[in-house]
Amino acid sequence: MDVVFDNLDRFAAGMGTTVSLTVLSWLGAFVIGVVVASLRVGPILPLRGVGTVYVEAIRNCPLTVLFAVFFFGFPSIGILFESNFISSVIVLSVYTGAFVAETVRAGVNTVAPGQVEAARSLGLGFSQVLGLVVLPQALRSVVGPLGSLFSALIRNSSIAYTIGLVELTGTAQQLSVSTAQFVAVFAGAALAYLALTLPAGAVVGVIERRVAIKR
Amino acid sequence: MTAALVGDELGPRGRRRVMIGSVVAAVGSVALVVVALRRFAARGQLDAELWSILIEPGVVRFFLGGLANTLKAAAAGMVGAVAIGAVMALGRLSRRRPLRWLAGLYVEFFRGFPLLLLILFSAYGLPRLGIRWPLFWYLVLGLAVYNGAVLAEIFRAGILSLDRGQSEAALTVGLTEGQSMRLVVLPQALRRMAPAIVGQLIVLLKDTSIGYFVQYPELLRRAQSTGTFDGNTLQALLAAAALYIAVNLILSRVARRLEVRQRRRYGGTIQVAGGPEDLVAVETAPDRSR
Repeated sequence: MDVVFDNLDRFAAGMGTTVSLTVLSWLGAFVIGVVVASLRVGPILPLRGVGTVYVEAIRNCPLTVLFAVFFFGFPSIGILFESNFISSVIVLSVYTGAFVAETVRAGVNTVAPGQVEAARSLGLGFSQVLGLVVLPQALRSVVGPLGSLFSALIRNSSIAYTIGLVELTGTAQQLSVSTAQFVAVFAGAALAYLALTLPAGAVVGVIERRVAIKR
Repeated sequence: MTAALVGDELGPRGRRRVMIGSVVAAVGSVALVVVALRRFAARGQLDAELWSILIEPGVVRFFLGGLANTLKAAAAGMVGAVAIGAVMALGRLSRRRPLRWLAGLYVEFFRGFPLLLLILFSAYGLPRLGIRWPLFWYLVLGLAVYNGAVLAEIFRAGILSLDRGQSEAALTVGLTEGQSMRLVVLPQALRRMAPAIVGQLIVLLKDTSIGYFVQYPELLRRAQSTGTFDGNTLQALLAAAALYIAVNLILSRVARRLEVRQRRRYGGTIQVAGGPEDLVAVETAPDRSR
């Protein structure tokens, strides 16, 4: 394991990139997800259609393909970002956003219809019903699934290596090639990921219990 | 599709606003598509020859060969994953503590880090350790090991979702524990799991695109080569994306149909706590009746 301890700085840098990539992408994905879920439960048919097409297309396309299309394909229509990091945040947000949208929508389905009816009879409009009554309850009921999406995002951020962004997995790949110590380097990287995903899961568990709706 | 959250029938004012909103949204969406197409056209990306290369017989064969490689890897990976998943699920439900512990460790470990890392290790690390296989099997190994851990959780949830009375009754009529699992519990649990298993197959199929990183000639790698060779990277990659989406939509349709049939005949399907990463299982949450 010497090779890991000798290169702790590089592992730490890789982990740092993984973490910032994950956190920024999660913010983007959450915003996209809530907006798209709102479109899909709203009364305006064309917007529901847009939401559905987005979710179905993105969910059924591999993340690696999205990275390739965005990074290798889009420059020919003039969409090009200087920074690999920003490109990666965009792709990861768009991808994860589709799953967040589906999860939030599943959460909306768990809110009792009486809640909507009561809010309507108090005279609230659609956005008030959604924002003040339905979404707060819906989000509370899907904290667990959103948490597994977050863990999945930590793991998925490794696919940014498609476009040469060197995060934790990229660091491991480079180190293993330069030192030829495959087992030690990959074991180190796997443990580093576990050091991120396991605490994240534990935190989600705590939040889930805190906000659980008691009936 | 979920019903819109508007409660009862809308009044005249509400209907008018929905109508206006619909028109604005429709015009806006069409305008966006037009802007995108004009952008393609302005950069010459709509030129016929860039797209028509894609339907030349040689290119079509090359693409379909890539798709076949993708499907082959997914099929082999799925067989391995189901085998591993079944063993690990039974391990986690075993009465022997060390077995439970080992299976739990396996599941938690392999779900905790990226599949890409696993496959890079499999393809570049294993040969150094003297394990030399064709490239295909390194990819399949990675897919099976990772998805086996996820399937183990699905299987376990499916088995646990069954009423305890089923296995108790089986033991009471004199079946051994193995017989009760094989003859009573598993046949019923498998039906409940079917939609989630097909859902995981979609995840696995998408995961095969990681073969791209280890030079396995699957669909994405083939599309990339075509694009580089013919100078139509954007078009080739979009075509590959469309193929992936088409195949997965068909599989999702199958999953949904299984789920509906399951719900009609036997009540709920399983919901996996912590879920497979792509959460087809969330959709199978019991409360979808409204």
